[in-house]
Amino acid sequence: MPELMYREALNQALAEEMERDANVFLIGEEVGRYNGAFKVSQGLLDKFGSARIIDAPISELGFGGMSVGAAMVGLRPVVEMMTWNFAILAMDQIVNNAAKLRHMSGGQLRCPIVFRGPGGAGGRLSSQHSQALESNYAHFPGLKVIAPATPADAKGMLKAAIRDENPVIMFEGERLYALKGEVPEGEHVVPLGKADVKREGTDVTVITWSRMYYFCMQAAEELAKEGISVEVLDLRTLRPLDEEAILASVRKTNRAVIVEEGWALAGIGASVVDIIQSKAFDELDAPVERVTGLDVNMSYAANLENATQPDAPKIIAAVKKVLYRQGA
Amino acid sequence: MEAPAVASPYSKDLLLTMYRKMYLIRRFEERAGQQYTLGKIAGFCHLYIGQEAVAVGPIEAIRKEDYMLSAYRDHGQPLARGSDAGMVMAELFGRGTGYSKGKGGSMHIFDIEHQFYGGYGIVGGQIPLAAGMAFASRYRNEDRVTVCYFGDAAANQGALHETFNMASKWKLPVIYICENNRYGMGTAISRTSAVPEIYKRAAAYDMRGEPVDGMDVLKMYEAVKDAAAWCRAGKGPVLLEANTYRFRGHSMADPATYRSKQEVEEERKGDPIPKLRDYAIKNGLGADADFERIEEEVKAQVDAAVKFADESPEPSLEELWRDTIVEPGEPDVRPRERVLGTKVTNWPSYPSGQELKVTWDLEPREQAELADKKAGLTR
Ligand SMILES: Cc1ncc(C[n+]2csc(CCOP(=O)(O)OP(=O)(O)O)c2C)c(N)n1
Ligand SMILES: [Mg+2]
Repeated sequence: MPELMYREALNQALAEEMERDANVFLIGEEVGRYNGAFKVSQGLLDKFGSARIIDAPISELGFGGMSVGAAMVGLRPVVEMMTWNFAILAMDQIVNNAAKLRHMSGGQLRCPIVFRGPGGAGGRLSSQHSQALESNYAHFPGLKVIAPATPADAKGMLKAAIRDENPVIMFEGERLYALKGEVPEGEHVVPLGKADVKREGTDVTVITWSRMYYFCMQAAEELAKEGISVEVLDLRTLRPLDEEAILASVRKTNRAVIVEEGWALAGIGASVVDIIQSKAFDELDAPVERVTGLDVNMSYAANLENATQPDAPKIIAAVKKVLYRQGA
Repeated sequence: MEAPAVASPYSKDLLLTMYRKMYLIRRFEERAGQQYTLGKIAGFCHLYIGQEAVAVGPIEAIRKEDYMLSAYRDHGQPLARGSDAGMVMAELFGRGTGYSKGKGGSMHIFDIEHQFYGGYGIVGGQIPLAAGMAFASRYRNEDRVTVCYFGDAAANQGALHETFNMASKWKLPVIYICENNRYGMGTAISRTSAVPEIYKRAAAYDMRGEPVDGMDVLKMYEAVKDAAAWCRAGKGPVLLEANTYRFRGHSMADPATYRSKQEVEEERKGDPIPKLRDYAIKNGLGADADFERIEEEVKAQVDAAVKFADESPEPSLEELWRDTIVEPGEPDVRPRERVLGTKVTNWPSYPSGQELKVTWDLEPREQAELADKKAGLTR
């Protein structure tokens, strides 16, 4: 299987889907002649022309809403948001229009559209450019929210998102784009709504998604050396949550740690805890632990930035806590 | 009777059709207002009384397949496009037989069969959507225009400015009709706008913009005929500012104390409905008997609509779990088929992604390269 960078996997998915379906177009800032702020759309303008790879003005609300309108009448837009921080300006169109059209029209309209771009901390960019915003969107019925961690999932889930009949919000990661991994060629479609056990284990379940996945894997490696067997469950889709997979894993290990880049209050992890406590309470051997970003704005200074985010040592500490092995 | 100096360019048929539609809206809205006070309709209910010409003139000037959408003051346009009055009223009543099964209410009328793509409750939120629909027509090389209504106060939303810029730059076939009824809720537009003549804002985007007498259905008709031809010729978007007036409050909840009785009385003299009737009679294109017959028929139609709504059941509780997410293979709901069992034949359909050939060059390459060269860049 060929090894690709995360950004190349996305590029492949876009090219394949645009080849397959002329109703698919890509719009966003710098996607065309600049080849993408993060080079996800490299080479696509030359391949598909200016009506299908569209350099938009810096008007997130405007081109976001315009794309929703195009989706209402049969096209399948992919809207690249340079980062999700900027997509906040388009939130009205995503939340009040895209997510509600099917409902307000009583089933007459559908809105097959993908909004995608990087979320999470970019690295030394301070607070306006370093936010994990997925829990905001996961709140809304009418949307699907995905956050793949690996290049293979990035490709397969973007393909599934483009083929989906609903608005899909896709969180990529500035610090994921250059990561490499094996990616199946051609028709590789990963169904939305399905979590994935990325590492099997028996002592504790670590539940995560997107970039935090790599810290979890690192922690699992370290813990294995101490004889602790960690199962890593990559949620991949944040709306709808794969309850079955969450419960199956926790019922096996009886302990859970949830790792989330964003803030704790009203975070996705809070909902995962709720699923576990309400449906598997009797099977828990310890309270569920959460590792989240600290409840502060992100700083520029390297030491403050690092301290704000979850990392492998924090995850290791949380795992030991649910195993009652603190200080061991 | 004296013959008019210049013969009217309009057919009797057209004038009577316009009259029927304006009268239908008027009558429907009067009954809706009455049903609201009886507690049959709840929530926000924004009546269109006084503004009928702004919906009817344009609708007669465009084609059946042209797209249309509006804000929350949205009963008039679908009625004029041919929606079933009973099903619109049922939507206002929150009944399962409404166009959106009672899920949308007064502010969200959708009738896709008649190319009415909705009423939207966020001020200005429909403006980008319209550009996107026009974009799709251009993308598929269709000969279709989109007509989008919004209020005077919506002209101060950023969405409008972002959209006008794109629509003009990409020459999208969209006609924006600003219904300038001089107030956004209780605030006179002149109090909040540096440039209260909305049409002038088009100039900032090198876009065609004109004021129109929105109390004259024939002026609205002519303006939109011309604008539609302009759009279909690929010349880009048009902004029409229809100067109009709402005779009632902002919504049923508004007693409209911010404007004087005198002002309202003065404006009522410009009522577009008798104006059309006078014009037709003066031009020998209709007699009192014609109008009386139309009025009787419309009254009966609206009575039947109220009865239909009143006798309809509420939506079933299972409906709660429908229409949030489209399941794989799930078809779209065709309201008249669902409610009345009528076979709906003109539902919009589009070429598949395998059939479609995109030939549009949105940003011609040579032009872009030329600009680069001028700037001393190489690609
Ligand atoms: C974004 C937003 N802000 C405020 C409101 C509340 N609101 C509803 S209608 C309205 C006035 C709009 O006036 P205008 O655009 O002139 O339309 P009209 O009601 O006169 O037809 C306001 C402030 C809203 N629905 N959406
Ligand atoms: Mg107004």
